[in-house]
Amino acid sequence: MNSSSDDQGPANPIGKEPVEPAQDQESEASVSADTKVPAIEVNSLSKKYGEIEAVKEVTFQVSQGEVFAFLGPNGAGKSTTIRMLCTLTKPTGGSATVDGFDVQRQPTAVRRRIGLVFQEPTLDQQLTAEENLRFHAVLYRVPRQQVDERIDRVLKLVDLEARRKDLVSTFSGGMARRLEIARGMLHTPAVLFLDEPTIGLDPQTRALMWEDVLRLRTEEGVTIFLTTHYMDEAEYADRIAIIDHGSIVALDTPDELKKMVGSDTVELSTSDNKLAASNLEQLGYKVKLGEESLVVYVENGEQQVTAIIEGSQVPIRNVRVHRPDLDDVFLHFTGREIREGHAERAFPMHFRSFRR
Amino acid sequence: MATANISIGRPGLVDERNHFGFEMRTIEMVWHREIIRFVRTRTRILSSFVQPILFLFVLGYGMTTLVGTTGGFDFKKFVFPGIVSMTVVTTAIFSAISIVWDREFGFLREMLVAPVSRGALVLGKALGGSTIATVQGTIMLVLAPLIGVHLTVMLVVEVILLEALMAFALTTFGVFVASRIQKMEGFQVVMQLVLFPMIFLSGALFPLEGLPSWLAFITRINPLTYAVDPLRHVVFAAQNMPPAAAARFATGVTIFGYLLPLWGEIVIVVAFALIFLVLAISGFGKPD
Repeated sequence: MNSSSDDQGPANPIGKEPVEPAQDQESEASVSADTKVPAIEVNSLSKKYGEIEAVKEVTFQVSQGEVFAFLGPNGAGKSTTIRMLCTLTKPTGGSATVDGFDVQRQPTAVRRRIGLVFQEPTLDQQLTAEENLRFHAVLYRVPRQQVDERIDRVLKLVDLEARRKDLVSTFSGGMARRLEIARGMLHTPAVLFLDEPTIGLDPQTRALMWEDVLRLRTEEGVTIFLTTHYMDEAEYADRIAIIDHGSIVALDTPDELKKMVGSDTVELSTSDNKLAASNLEQLGYKVKLGEESLVVYVENGEQQVTAIIEGSQVPIRNVRVHRPDLDDVFLHFTGREIREGHAERAFPMHFRSFRR
Repeated sequence: MATANISIGRPGLVDERNHFGFEMRTIEMVWHREIIRFVRTRTRILSSFVQPILFLFVLGYGMTTLVGTTGGFDFKKFVFPGIVSMTVVTTAIFSAISIVWDREFGFLREMLVAPVSRGALVLGKALGGSTIATVQGTIMLVLAPLIGVHLTVMLVVEVILLEALMAFALTTFGVFVASRIQKMEGFQVVMQLVLFPMIFLSGALFPLEGLPSWLAFITRINPLTYAVDPLRHVVFAAQNMPPAAAARFATGVTIFGYLLPLWGEIVIVVAFALIFLVLAISGFGKPD
C-alpha cells in the first residue's frame, strides 16, 4: 500500500537538485550533513479533533544531532505532535518535515528515516531479542549484508549482547525498553522519537536508559526527539519546549529557561553576616540579609561563588548555591506545577476521550 | 556536527532500487515468524490434534455401528477426509486469529508503523498460517492405515495441494475477521458463530445428499463445502470402493440437480481466497 512514489527526495534540498531516489547512499548523507537540513522543521502545525484543538500552530526547529525534549503534562499535545511527525496522525493545519521530507506528502520516506519507541511495548515476547531485531531489519529494509553488523552494534549500545538469544518474555521492563530503543536505532534513523521513554521504569533503570540514549547521540549522530513529564529527565536535553494546552509556551536550553525564571542564589552563613552583606553591597552585589544567613542574587552562582566568598571579607561557615530547577521553570510559564493530578484536572475531561 | 561520524549510510535510499525484492523479504520474514512461534508453542501443536482425533473416534466409531458398513466401506472412512479438513481449517483460523494477540501485545503496531506494504504483511501472515495448517493436516494422514484408508503417493500429493488451497482461503478469511476484532473476547464469538458452523455445515462430517432442503441450501452457500469435497474425492478415488459404497457415500456437490465438476469447486475456493485476500489487505490494521 505504501508505494515509494512519495519518496522523491527531500522537500527542501536547500539549493540542491532533488536527489534521485536510486542514488548511492553518500549523496543522501551529504544532503543531510553538508547542507544542514534541520532534522525536524515544524511550521504552524495544528491538530483539531472536532472543536478541540489538541495542537495549536506549533512552530519549532530541531537541528541534527540535537536532543530535543517536549515537556508538558498529560494531555498537553505532546503525543499528538509526535504522532504527526511520525506520520501516524494527519495534521489539520501547518506543515512539518523530518530529515527534509514532508510528513504529509512523503510519509514513507519519513518513516524509513525515523526510529520509534512508543509508550506501550511493541516487542514480540515469543521471539528472542535477536529475532525481534531481524524482523525489524527486514521491515526497514536494512541491506542484507549490514544486518548482522547492525544487530551487534545496537545490542552493544544498550548493553544487551549477553541476552541476544533469550526470549523477550524473560526480560525485565527496563531491559525490554532498552531493546526497543536498540531496535529503533537498528536502521540508522536520522531521528529517533521516544514517547515517554522512561515511563514506568525505576530511577536506576531510567538513569541507565539515559546513558544509552546519550551514547546513541554521540556514537550514531542521531537526532533525538522525546516527550516527557519528568523534570529531571528534561535536563538531559539540549533544548526543551514546554508545551501546555497544545501550545509551546517556552523553548530554550535548560540553562536559559532557568535564567528566565530568575537568577541563581548564593546563600552564605558567616561569622558576621551584617559585615559580609555590607562588604558585598559595596562591590555591587544584590544582597538580602536574613536571620541566620545572607542571600546573594547573581547571574551565575557557581562561577561567582569564589569571588563572593573573597568579597565578603569575613570567615565563612557555610555556602550553598541554588539554581532554579525546571519545576520552577514550569511553574513560571504555566502557572501551575507539572504534577500529573493537577494537569489532568486542569484539562476538560471530554478532551482526553478524543485522544487515541 | 556529530552526523559526520555515521559510518554506515542511511539504508533508506539504497533500497528503493529493489522494491520487489524487499517486499518478498518482508513476506518471507512474516512467514518465518509464524513458523518460529508455532514450533515454540508445543502445547498448541498437540492441542490442535486433540479435537480432530476426538471427532474421528467419537463420530467414526460411534456412527459406524449406526450407519453400518456398505461393501466393506464404513463411516470412519467416510468421515476421515472431513476430519483432515477440520484440522486444516481449525489450525488456519487459529493462526490467522493470532493477529488479535499481536494487537494485545503491541507487536501489530511495530508492523503497521513500518514502511512496508500491508499486502506483504497479510500475504506473509496468510502463507505462514497456510503452511502450518497444511503440515498439521498432512500429519493427520498418519492415522489413515489405522482406520483402513489406503494411501498412495499420488493421493498424498493431491491432498497436500488441496489442503494448501483450503488453508490459504481460510487464513485470508481469518485475517480479515481478526483485523476487525479489537478484544480477546471477540475471539470466542468468532469460534462459536463462524468456525464451528462452517465446519459442521460443510459436509465434512455427513454426506451432502438427501438433506432437508433448508440444510442443503446452507451447505451450498458455505464456501468450505467446496474445499472439503475435492479432498474427499481424491481420497475416495484411491480406495477401490465397491459401487454400492460409492453410491452411498457419494462425492460431488449438486446444485439444482447439476453436479458441479471438481475444477468448478476449486475455482470457487480460489475465488473465495482471492476475495478475502483483497478484503484482508484493505482492512488490515485500519482501526489502529
